[in-house]
Amino acid sequence: MEGFREKTCVLSAQDIKRTLYRLAHQILEKTPDTGLLALIGIQTRGVFIAQRLKNIIKEVEGIELPLGILDITLYRDDLTTVGPSPLVKETKINFDINDKVVILIDDVLFTGRTVRAALDEITDFGRPKRVELLVLIDRGHRELPIRADFVGKNIPTAKTELVEVRLNEIDKKEEVVVLTPAS
Amino acid sequence: MEGWTKKHIIALKDLSRSEIETIFSIAQNFKEISQREVKKTPTLRGKTVINLFFENSTRTRTSFELAAKRLSADVLNFSSSASSLSKGESIIDTIKNLESYHPDILVVRIGLSASLEVLKKHTRASIVNAGDGKNEHPTQALLDMFTVKEAKGTLEDLKVLIVGDILHSRVARSNIFGFQKFSSTVRVCGPQTLIPYEFEKMGVEVFYDLDAAIKDADVIIMLRIQRERQSGMFFPSIREYVEKFSLTPARIKKAKSNCLILHPGPINWDIEISSTLKERLHPLILRQVENGLAIRMAVLYLIGTQKKDNENTN
Repeated sequence: MEGFREKTCVLSAQDIKRTLYRLAHQILEKTPDTGLLALIGIQTRGVFIAQRLKNIIKEVEGIELPLGILDITLYRDDLTTVGPSPLVKETKINFDINDKVVILIDDVLFTGRTVRAALDEITDFGRPKRVELLVLIDRGHRELPIRADFVGKNIPTAKTELVEVRLNEIDKKEEVVVLTPAS
Repeated sequence: MEGWTKKHIIALKDLSRSEIETIFSIAQNFKEISQREVKKTPTLRGKTVINLFFENSTRTRTSFELAAKRLSADVLNFSSSASSLSKGESIIDTIKNLESYHPDILVVRIGLSASLEVLKKHTRASIVNAGDGKNEHPTQALLDMFTVKEAKGTLEDLKVLIVGDILHSRVARSNIFGFQKFSSTVRVCGPQTLIPYEFEKMGVEVFYDLDAAIKDADVIIMLRIQRERQSGMFFPSIREYVEKFSLTPARIKKAKSNCLILHPGPINWDIEISSTLKERLHPLILRQVENGLAIRMAVLYLIGTQKKDNENTN
């Protein structure tokens, strides 16, 4: 990222793997009736994390959970202020979410605005029994009353810093780093 | 793909290949919205779209209306027959009056060719061309191209044949500009009286014999014989036109075997196309209508979410 330098690596590849296994077990522990569960990943990295959790749950429990993809662009609250219109990515939820326990998955929880948009969008697909939020990193600085149910790691950050989750699937790297303004 | 900066969508001639690809990418992802339980997103909430139709239209207007509604914009339909235009008000006065409602987007259809460049100076809103005389009909060409891309997987190096009343056709012009940007070859075919000289300068291959033109075509776009625009002098009789330019099963055999046939509708069966082809054409025509909605949603999204202070005059 231009104008930023890497401050610390907060999760290594091995850490990410361990964390995801723990999170998968926490999901199963909280909702033992696995027939109710459905995973929905928020574009872009939330989708990869969701896919990995699905694989882990299949490995430990032997079941295939339904997996959906959510792009929240059309529900953003800053569409007319961000400059050029952001591109709209794929949304695909091809299962019935009514009465499901939906695990909403993203890489980083920051202001909470993405999650607000995601909750609104999910409502347009039906009425889940419950929605629970899972994030790999919670970095604080909420601007809305939103909290996560499952957190990989809490990282205190300054608001000007960036947290980058890098995943093999698109970044060809596997780590979580905090970036700080270069000057 | 680049960020979108255009304020208006008036002509395909003025869109870059990359801008067209951006529209397609967004339209592709908008198709899913129409399959949801709640077929609507809050994206353009609080925006006002005025459908300003100085010429009749049902398909294009309803498609734009539904596109705007699916994105939660408020829509006002204004048609010339039911307006003060019939009482003698000028078009510019009408636009100035509507300006008091602070519209964000005007979707305009108008009989005067290329008049939107003038009209856009009289409004702060963005203008989307829904057909301006014989000039352009950009969203129709975009949906044709999008449908071709879906079916063929590419828009590169295709042989695209446009048949019929080229002279009066804004659809033909927009498609020519569009397909040429993807290095496809465009052929036009029709009676000599209905193909203006300027088309040869546009880099298209001109044919007056459909049997020759159709050879190896990947895509055939059939245009409607616009009887409302014919003063009756362009070809001797409908019967002769059918004889020479109607698409028949025998003629299609000369095109590529997987040739795609498109028609902007409404079709005059047994004039431009033999009704024995109904079954082959129906699924494609429905696909075009569905894609038209997604394309119009994409266009409204891109210009409707521009920053308020976009003083770009393009």
